Amino acid sequence: MKLFRIRGGVNLEGRKELTAHKDVILDLVIPDLLHIPVQQHIGTPAAPLVEVDDYVLKGQLIADGIGSVSAPIHAPTSGIILRIGEYPVAHPSGLPALTMTLEPDGLDKWCELPKPLDPETASAKEIAERVSEAGIVGMGGATFPSAVKLNLGEHYNLDMLVINGAECEPYLTCDDRIMRDRPEMTIKGVKAMMKALGVSKALIAIEKNKPEAFHAMEKYAADYEGITVVDVPARYPMGSEKHLVQALTGRETPAAGLTADLSVVVHNVATAFAIYGAVYHGRPLISRVVTVSGRAIKKPGNYYVLIGTPISFLTDICGGFTEKPKQLLMGGPMMGQPIPNIVVPIIKGSSGILALTEAEIKERRAMPCIRCGGCVAVCPCGLVPLELAALIRHDDLTGAAKIGLKDCVGCGSCSYICPAHLPLVQYFNYAKGRLKADEANRKKQEKTKILVDSKNLRKEEIKRIRMEKFAKQKAEAAKAKLEKEAKDAEETL
Amino acid sequence: MSFIPPISGPYLRENSDVRKIMLLVMLALLPATAYGFYLFGWPAIILFLVTLGSALFFEMICLAIAGRSISTYTLDGSAILTAWLLALSLPPWAPWWIAVIGSGIAIIIAKQIFGGLGQNVFNPAMVARVALLISFPLEMTYFIQPVPFLNEGAPSFMDGLGIIFGGSNFDAVSSASLLDFIKTEVGQGAALDQVMAGRYQPENWLLGNSISSMGEGSALLIMIGGIALMFLRVISWHIPLSILISIALFASVFHMIDGARYPDAMVHLLSGATMLGAFFIATDPVTSPVTPKGQIIFGFGLGALVFIIRTWAAYPEGMAFAVLLMNAMTPLIDRYIRPRIFGRTRQGDPLDIQEEL
Repeated sequence: MKLFRIRGGVNLEGRKELTAHKDVILDLVIPDLLHIPVQQHIGTPAAPLVEVDDYVLKGQLIADGIGSVSAPIHAPTSGIILRIGEYPVAHPSGLPALTMTLEPDGLDKWCELPKPLDPETASAKEIAERVSEAGIVGMGGATFPSAVKLNLGEHYNLDMLVINGAECEPYLTCDDRIMRDRPEMTIKGVKAMMKALGVSKALIAIEKNKPEAFHAMEKYAADYEGITVVDVPARYPMGSEKHLVQALTGRETPAAGLTADLSVVVHNVATAFAIYGAVYHGRPLISRVVTVSGRAIKKPGNYYVLIGTPISFLTDICGGFTEKPKQLLMGGPMMGQPIPNIVVPIIKGSSGILALTEAEIKERRAMPCIRCGGCVAVCPCGLVPLELAALIRHDDLTGAAKIGLKDCVGCGSCSYICPAHLPLVQYFNYAKGRLKADEANRKKQEKTKILVDSKNLRKEEIKRIRMEKFAKQKAEAAKAKLEKEAKDAEETL
Repeated sequence: MSFIPPISGPYLRENSDVRKIMLLVMLALLPATAYGFYLFGWPAIILFLVTLGSALFFEMICLAIAGRSISTYTLDGSAILTAWLLALSLPPWAPWWIAVIGSGIAIIIAKQIFGGLGQNVFNPAMVARVALLISFPLEMTYFIQPVPFLNEGAPSFMDGLGIIFGGSNFDAVSSASLLDFIKTEVGQGAALDQVMAGRYQPENWLLGNSISSMGEGSALLIMIGGIALMFLRVISWHIPLSILISIALFASVFHMIDGARYPDAMVHLLSGATMLGAFFIATDPVTSPVTPKGQIIFGFGLGALVFIIRTWAAYPEGMAFAVLLMNAMTPLIDRYIRPRIFGRTRQGDPLDIQEEL
């Protein structure tokens, strides 16, 4: 298939050999405790349906999605709800969040699951509804509720589904293993998604550094009409949704738009696999494949893990650390989030847990920018990172916004390449956060102003009415006085 | 497990840093420099060391006054590189105080006062070269016939000390550089073919057995270093190539119009500071544009200025002036020449989907 060039990007050392060749470990023992945060997706947090001491079965709905962009949460195993309250989660703020703690009873007893659907006969709406009920979210890390994306056909004229199997982040191999080990199920999931979206064409994009996955998927895709497996260049950030669509179709998603504007919807490979489970077996999303890697991990590998499993449990399974890790991450090394604490749980979007050594990170002292232009050359979004950083350093956030700060996808290619080791992404994230806060503040002030204005208007109206009334009374009084005087005068006469 | 402060990724970095870039540029300068040492002997080596030493001294003083880490910033290599480029553009037997004043101007005025590494608007070595040329025209145009090492009449180490630090009446054949000679003669009304008779020796200009500054003699060795830097991706082709094409274009056009007045492209490309300027000075990242398109505009303008100054201005060589003038244009070029943002038109509006379809 003809591919199209995308701007910039970097060639990264994959470091996937640490885990890529190893089978996924499926039969982990159940941890002593599972910590299940109510917010594992973009959107409104789910609302707990259970109370402390409730007994729940595996797959039972324990928190329901609220509103249009949200996702329900199910019990990963059978057991007792021990606690509902604040617990550390993988958020860079290090702040705790509302979490349901489940003490497994070891029986792993399923609840009654909804009936399997046959994508051939089921309607598009039924499939999307099933995906929504199963609590499936984008499993590449973005965690956007998948059902919302499957319903895009209601508002957009769609013609193609792209399955993102690029897995361009170094170290991560969980998608690679799903494609190698479960190609048939993944492709069945893709088929169900095509039905839900009402499209007849699907492209499965896999980076060239995963030939085994490519061949496995191609073998099974041949049985299905409309599904093509494409090998795309292994160049970061190929897995960025809009850039992948450009590489495949040559078309550019408008700024602040969606790929759906180009009639394309992108879903992750692991999401397709989860959707297979939901549609063909009625299974909710309660576990996922997680890559545990990095040179600080004794036995790196891929593990099929229950949602809510503490990271410390996983690192113990991997034999612990070879040395004290310099950095613990959730996700890949380019865009992953630092983990504040080893007790935080795996959530639906956790593609990887990385424990990186000092030697791997090569953290070095920042030097002044020498304007080499390397960041300009690698930026896949066509930005001038060095200028953005200079403006942000001088606190000119409006200036930074004017030259495209909001178009930055945060891929980190600029920081990666920077010979001065400037923390460019840190600047951008800071500025984006500040702009967002300013915007929220501005909106709040506007709202307040409207309220104050209308209050003033009301006050004036009341005053006006009162004055009118007063004037009227005065006039009446005067009139009465006049009349009285006239009457008195008459009487005197 | 202790608390790890939240910092943004990426947690991988390419193996590049400022010091390594500076080091690679110096390595690329080594062939031309070594050849300059060979041609001009001990005095040149001593002058080179005086330039580097004084630059480092001034750098350390400035860093100390500014309260910045002397070890970190002195060792970043930028001061040494600046001094190195300055030394290569000095007359090979210039007196010691030319080197010291030049280093002082480059490091203190052109670099540190602007805020140090990465903050200067003008190329420090060229600021120094121009300031010296204007202030000390005699010393800055004192060129000699090369007296290579091992040849009869080559100065010894002690002679070298005498030449650079004064007090020596060492006998050298002083001479004008080719561009200077052409300028003078043609300016006095001589026809170019008479002026160039017996002097048109492109092979000598290429190899460097010519009258020139310390390191500007061998176009070939400079080119080899420059091309090596391109392969190492320290510099890109945009600036050097556009400068060379621009100079060659202007020179050829005018040579065709009036061959008796205007020397051909070979003279312009292979003599004077053209090669050193195109590959090593104009490519200074700090003072040149950051986008490829901006770099091409920069290079083309620079080449045009070199030709204009050499041809019509009072100075026979225009590289240093051209570099400074284009340095001044760099912020403007960077302001207007930007890459197109993904998903937006050149004007910055979101792409129109209807148009796309």
